[in-house]
Amino acid sequence: MITDAPRIITSRFDNADSFTLAGYEATGGYQALRKALSMGPAAVADEVKTATLLGRGGAGFPAGVKWGLAPENVWPRYLVVNGDESEPGTYKDRLLMERDPHQLIEGVLLACYAIGCGQAFLYVRGEMAVAQERIAAALNDAYAAGYVGKNILGSDFSVDVVLTWGAGAYIVGEETALIESLEGNRGMPRLKPPYFPAAKGLYMQPTIVNNVETLSNLPWIVTNGGEAFAALGAETSRGTRMFAVSGHVKNPGVFEVEYGVTTFRDLIFAPQYAGGILGDRALKAFIPGGASAPWFFEEHLDLPLEKVTVDRAGSMLGSGAVVVMDETTDAVKACLRVVRFFARESCGKCTPCREGTTWLENILQRIQDGYGRPTDLDLLLDVSDNISPGIAWPPKQTTICPLGPSAVSPIASALQRFRPEFEARIAYAQEARHSIPVTITKASSHG
Amino acid sequence: MARLTNDNVELAREIIGRYPRPKSALIPLLHLAQEQDGHLTDEAMAHIGELVGVSSAEVLGTASFYEMFKMETVGRYMVNICTNISCQLRGGEELLAHAEKTLGIRPGQTTSDGLFTLEDVECIAACTEAPCLQVNYRYEHRISNEGFDQLVNDLRAGRRSDIPSHGVLAEVRQHIPEDRRAGVVTPEDKAVPVWIAAAGEGDK
Repeated sequence: MITDAPRIITSRFDNADSFTLAGYEATGGYQALRKALSMGPAAVADEVKTATLLGRGGAGFPAGVKWGLAPENVWPRYLVVNGDESEPGTYKDRLLMERDPHQLIEGVLLACYAIGCGQAFLYVRGEMAVAQERIAAALNDAYAAGYVGKNILGSDFSVDVVLTWGAGAYIVGEETALIESLEGNRGMPRLKPPYFPAAKGLYMQPTIVNNVETLSNLPWIVTNGGEAFAALGAETSRGTRMFAVSGHVKNPGVFEVEYGVTTFRDLIFAPQYAGGILGDRALKAFIPGGASAPWFFEEHLDLPLEKVTVDRAGSMLGSGAVVVMDETTDAVKACLRVVRFFARESCGKCTPCREGTTWLENILQRIQDGYGRPTDLDLLLDVSDNISPGIAWPPKQTTICPLGPSAVSPIASALQRFRPEFEARIAYAQEARHSIPVTITKASSHG
Repeated sequence: MARLTNDNVELAREIIGRYPRPKSALIPLLHLAQEQDGHLTDEAMAHIGELVGVSSAEVLGTASFYEMFKMETVGRYMVNICTNISCQLRGGEELLAHAEKTLGIRPGQTTSDGLFTLEDVECIAACTEAPCLQVNYRYEHRISNEGFDQLVNDLRAGRRSDIPSHGVLAEVRQHIPEDRRAGVVTPEDKAVPVWIAAAGEGDK
């Protein structure tokens, strides 16, 4: 269903001066902060809980609940903003940082105020130079105007927001890896327990890690109330959400839509969104929530963009990234490309992921190159099973973070649906030549 | 081409001063060194180790994990072409092949005039603008083969002053004015935040 829900987080995107302090103040900017200071921290936290704002980073954990996981009376607490957007297909946090940095900063301030964070670190992906510039400029202006720093707007609320940035590593999007990176270390996920950074995170202190889009919703929620936010959407998925629709569509773009009620069909085919498939060709498959998500097909088009519904159907909305593949797509090639990504980005800490993703890539590469063996498809599933026992959804894992199992998703999806394509490629290879040993040289020299 | 310059040491001290633990400044300082020299030198990494109080081996340990840090000379312009799924579907691999032909190099190599280094990179968050690339981390969206050649010609002719040399990231830096500074909060600062205590929620 296509609705006329308000644009909550992209409302300033059409304004030429959306990233400036003047442009932000002229459109209601920092009014939520003033309101919050008069409400008190507990009331702000309650509004966010009422809103049932699900985290927009990938896991979809309710932000209000996450905040509540910080142990009572343990200080200091920190806020870490996850701006390390790098899940293939995902394009929204960069837009929010480049086009409306003050909205994010105000969200950071509201969270720090409600949670009691002594300091905030805004971690932007290393490759996003313009986002870093816009946030640096916005912070400098916000400090000068009294919105950030000591005694904010003359109150007893004081917090420094520090811009920090990465240097190229997908795995740093995992929250414990991000914390390691922020401590100046290699960005490898931490062994669990402790399960939640909210209990022990940065410097082993209670730390709330929230995604850029999640925090960008807070000014609207505080201004309009948690109930107004919860009135939008359906089931557990409330408010609005940004979705990037890429691949074989006529009008690729990033759209803020009402969460929980808009369907994949709306998003992919409606003229005001992606406008249908290129050349009006048939749909082959689509990835509903970033490269880590199992693929969906024609029969899933009418599912609403609702977290629990999509989870139950065997995939996830993840980071709001819909990648559309038309009938001309080579399933082997697409599967290989996604698997290769995870092989390159595996941090190397857990053996099943480090070795497994590399072998999955090598086997797929030889199938693609015409050297596939008849046993290769079972071998792919066997290696996958060692990374993610049972190859089920939600995935089990023999690793300490979900990166390894993510490499299994495209294989499970492609083999389940397009196995004949793989078999045909292998049969052709068998006719063409006798078996040649697998090469362990990667197609490209870095990663 | 060695240790950080005096100006950069001053900047480094300012950056370190924002974090509860000096080592947290490591990645920003490595970027500063790469901005100064175009890549990371052993001398600069040793100097950074001195500044944050860790060994140069630890500095290298961190630096070598991250793709953006280069341990050897690279071109003035790092051309990063995305071939991940969204770009693959819209011609990213064909664009890369074209770029290899235009520049006469393979991914990972640098042109003999030292101007261009080509990389085949993972998703850079411009998926709806595929195929896309970055030059020194500045985006070019929906780029055609002709557009790529034009870009290369413009860079060669010095017509793209908006793109700084490799190593320079944000050209605007954060500065926290002394009189506005709330101050670093270290893990040893166990006090209940003032505004929480004032709201009578210290027991929450």
